[in-house]
Amino acid sequence: MTDANTQIAETVKAHDVVLFMKGTKSMPQCGFSSRAAGVLNFMGVEFTDVNVLADESLRQGIKDYSDWPTIPQLYVKGEFVGGCDIITEMTLSGELDTLLETNGVAYDKAAADKIREANA
Amino acid sequence: MAILATDIEEMIREAFPSAQISVQGDDGAHFSAEVIDESFRGKNRVQQQRAVYAALKGKMDGSAGEVHALALTTRAPD
Repeated sequence: MTDANTQIAETVKAHDVVLFMKGTKSMPQCGFSSRAAGVLNFMGVEFTDVNVLADESLRQGIKDYSDWPTIPQLYVKGEFVGGCDIITEMTLSGELDTLLETNGVAYDKAAADKIREANA
Repeated sequence: MAILATDIEEMIREAFPSAQISVQGDDGAHFSAEVIDESFRGKNRVQQQRAVYAALKGKMDGSAGEVHALALTTRAPD
């Protein structure tokens, strides 16, 4: 548990954008992880994916770390942003754009607008 | 025993007695819930949804959890 905690803390510190998910960004293994990774991929955000299915201690550890019971979990600059529903809402409202901009994370604004247009 | 949407609604109701709550889902594992409560005002989504998850008392947790998926929408009343 402590090991997983340390490992998670180091991972979210070392990378600007980290998605803890079931499966990988190229091969997600859960619909919710797929949706979260899909949004980031489509928006051209460079992110580090951590497959919690590959490590049981991480699968539980990430829930303890954030006090959040579900996966996926998105972190930007070490801060927990939310799960699948929050990522979706923030994408549609434009809040995710603001968050990325504030943190100096590059993304494709036109692609983000396209998602919003498609869901308007 | 599979969990019902009404069970989830009851658990949320206990924690948020005056909230507007609607829970959908009838397969015993996948649900969607909307909770509108005054106590959410001024809190961000993570804080709001953490409070709802807390009301579900571990039912969401890991492989032992009864609820596999709960699509959650939370907000303060308009």
